[in-house]
Amino acid sequence: MTAKERSFLTAVWDFLCSLKLTIIILILLAITSIIGTVVQQNLSPQEYLQFYTEKTYKILDALHFFDMYHSWWFLSLLGLFSLNLICCSIKRFPRVWKTVMYPNLQGDDSLFRTLSNADEVVVPGTLAEVTEKLKAFVQKNFAGTVVTTGEDRTYLFAQKAAYARFGVYVTHLSILIIFLGAIIGNIWGYKGYMNIMEGTAMDTLRLFGSNEPLKLPFAVRCDRFEVTFYEGGGGRPKEFISDLVILDQGKEVEKKTIQVNDPLSYKGITFYQSSYGPAGDPIFKMRVRVKDSDEVKEYMARQGEHVNLPDGGSFAVTAYTQAYDRFGPAIQMHVNTPDGNHGNPFIVLKNFPDFDAQRGGKYIFSLDAINQRYYTGLQVGKDPGVWVVWTGCFMMIVGSLAAFFISHRRIWVTLQPVGGKIGVRIGGSAHRNQPAFELFFDGLKEKLKKELNV
Amino acid sequence: MTSTQLFNAVTLAYFASMVLFVVYLATRSKAVALGGNILAYAGFLMHTAAIGLRWRETYTLLGADGYAPLSNLYESVVFFSWTILLIYIIIDLKYRQRAVGAFVLPFAFLAMTWAQLRLNDAIEPLVPALQSNWLTYHVITCFLGYAAFAVACGVSIMYLIKFSKEEKKPENTPAGGLMALFPSTRVLDDINYKAIMIGFPLLTLGIVTGAAWANYAWGTYWSWDPKETWSLIVWFIYAAFLHARFTRGWVGKRAAWLSIFGFAATIFCYLGVNLVLSGLHSYGAGG
Ligand code: HEM
Repeated sequence: MTAKERSFLTAVWDFLCSLKLTIIILILLAITSIIGTVVQQNLSPQEYLQFYTEKTYKILDALHFFDMYHSWWFLSLLGLFSLNLICCSIKRFPRVWKTVMYPNLQGDDSLFRTLSNADEVVVPGTLAEVTEKLKAFVQKNFAGTVVTTGEDRTYLFAQKAAYARFGVYVTHLSILIIFLGAIIGNIWGYKGYMNIMEGTAMDTLRLFGSNEPLKLPFAVRCDRFEVTFYEGGGGRPKEFISDLVILDQGKEVEKKTIQVNDPLSYKGITFYQSSYGPAGDPIFKMRVRVKDSDEVKEYMARQGEHVNLPDGGSFAVTAYTQAYDRFGPAIQMHVNTPDGNHGNPFIVLKNFPDFDAQRGGKYIFSLDAINQRYYTGLQVGKDPGVWVVWTGCFMMIVGSLAAFFISHRRIWVTLQPVGGKIGVRIGGSAHRNQPAFELFFDGLKEKLKKELNV
Repeated sequence: MTSTQLFNAVTLAYFASMVLFVVYLATRSKAVALGGNILAYAGFLMHTAAIGLRWRETYTLLGADGYAPLSNLYESVVFFSWTILLIYIIIDLKYRQRAVGAFVLPFAFLAMTWAQLRLNDAIEPLVPALQSNWLTYHVITCFLGYAAFAVACGVSIMYLIKFSKEEKKPENTPAGGLMALFPSTRVLDDINYKAIMIGFPLLTLGIVTGAAWANYAWGTYWSWDPKETWSLIVWFIYAAFLHARFTRGWVGKRAAWLSIFGFAATIFCYLGVNLVLSGLHSYGAGG
């Protein structure tokens, strides 16, 4: 390698290790991310052409603004971001490892010159005596103490929370782990949907985006779908529920009633309640009483179908809702007279069987049940990376709490005989929250002076 | 007594407290400042009680379908205001700098006023997607984070005012007059940084719990929807702030501006996404 090549590589390495780069990338990510919140993502060309002129559309498309979070340039930015993080860590971690694992046990003059918290006293006694005294003192007031001896000096060292130095690295590593989880999910995972009619089973889903079919290694049967509404909630849905059964090689292996926020997982594939819809026409179970008599008849009526009444007339249900304002399920219907005259439409409420009597018609209708078959709309996903992502998130929170709030504190004491007495030098440092450490250290100095009677 | 009445009383208390703090800035009377602070503390107690009362009201009204009152815009704004006071009180207990109140209480008062006057305060049962404990944790952590950022923004504004006054004077003596009431620029800078250091892990936790919720509800922990993306933008900005500070020694003026900028992005994330971007497109109704 020539000197020129080497200096080029050094320049690249320095660039990748630079913190300026970190800050610039963070700001660039913040700014570019805005684009995708202003330009709607992943619509069809026809939809875009409703907002944009052809020319604008072409420019935005060339810039990949319609799927920007997956564009080469955005992913490159994230890649550079990761590279920056990795290089910085490679460069700095060994030094931090050394600081934690092989602490500087001997506070020599050059170290003391760097400490802003330090003090000196001279006390009578032998080196051994004073060493014992100070060892006990530091142990009692701070932390376990290591004693080493140099030529004519004795050194004491004690520290607390050295592991806090790793907090930053755990935090930074967590970002890479989250990215790794996302990549795993993108390569080995998929997302799609399936619509299963009540009472039927299915083993094929459709992928989002491409709409390609994908066969599962097992089948899913929906035994029942139900939507419930809040009483008096103005038609607000309360729960969407599907009874699902997993059929693996024809055998029922798992059963679960799923709802929104409570999915079913089997063999790494998860089924989420996401939508529903009617499958086929509903059948209405009607009870009809002739006015001023006890004669009651039951009918099953399909929507739109005319059902004959005893007098030769007929009735038909024309519409229904599961929630008619606050009154619950309701149908709209009308009665035709025997000579074929179309009556006015009226409402029958399921929860109020006597309501129709007030209409004063010849027949009093009540609605026993609406038998509507539904399909349940399931979102289906497989994401083997999701636990990697959660692990990363957990590490990020623990790591950043440690990095921000736990301070690595160290105390050095150096003892040196001077003219028949012992010179005691004490100093300390903290890597976070210096003001608090300063207070602690001032208190320590006071205590030490009392202890040594100086 | 209904929670709405109590919330109105809270709004009045914050208003009075804010006025007293402004009067304090003008008169420098310690008694006025004490009055302002008593009203702020009393307002906070009533606020806490009112949130508890509303919680109970959801159960009275909806039976077993009651919920923690953190589910719609009205409730979130009320809670946001509560968290601002909470953080203010913590800072007040630690630093005892009454002038901070004049810059923090207006945020709480404006939030309460907006909620009481313009937002729908009806207690309505939750649609299925919102019935999740993750959502409760999500809202609590996000808003505690937002409140810490609000406090950081307030003291940053104070910092810039005080700094520009001190800069104009030739000798580097601390400014007199009104400025004497402000904490020293060093303390303001320190509060700015500490508040962000508290807010950042909370925001991280908020984003993570939001992702967990989305994962349980829809099977996607991240879908780059505008709300999620904006929360990430805010996260990037404060991450940049912390790195600039930790490793490049960005303090003082630049840190103050970055903090104000970060809070502007926070507010946009919270309100702008729903109010501005949803006008642009069809989304924004959710989350
Ligand atoms: C987002 C991508 C990130 C990159 C590229 C990045 C990069 C860096 C770099 C290069 C340093 C200097 C390391 C050193 O001095 O040893 C640093 C320091 C630091 N980072 Fe990050 N960082 C990122 C995210 C984060 C996050 C999310 C947090 C907090 C939750 C964080 C917390 C810290 C802290 C506390 C320091 C200070 C280290 C110290 O001075 O002791 N970083 N970061």
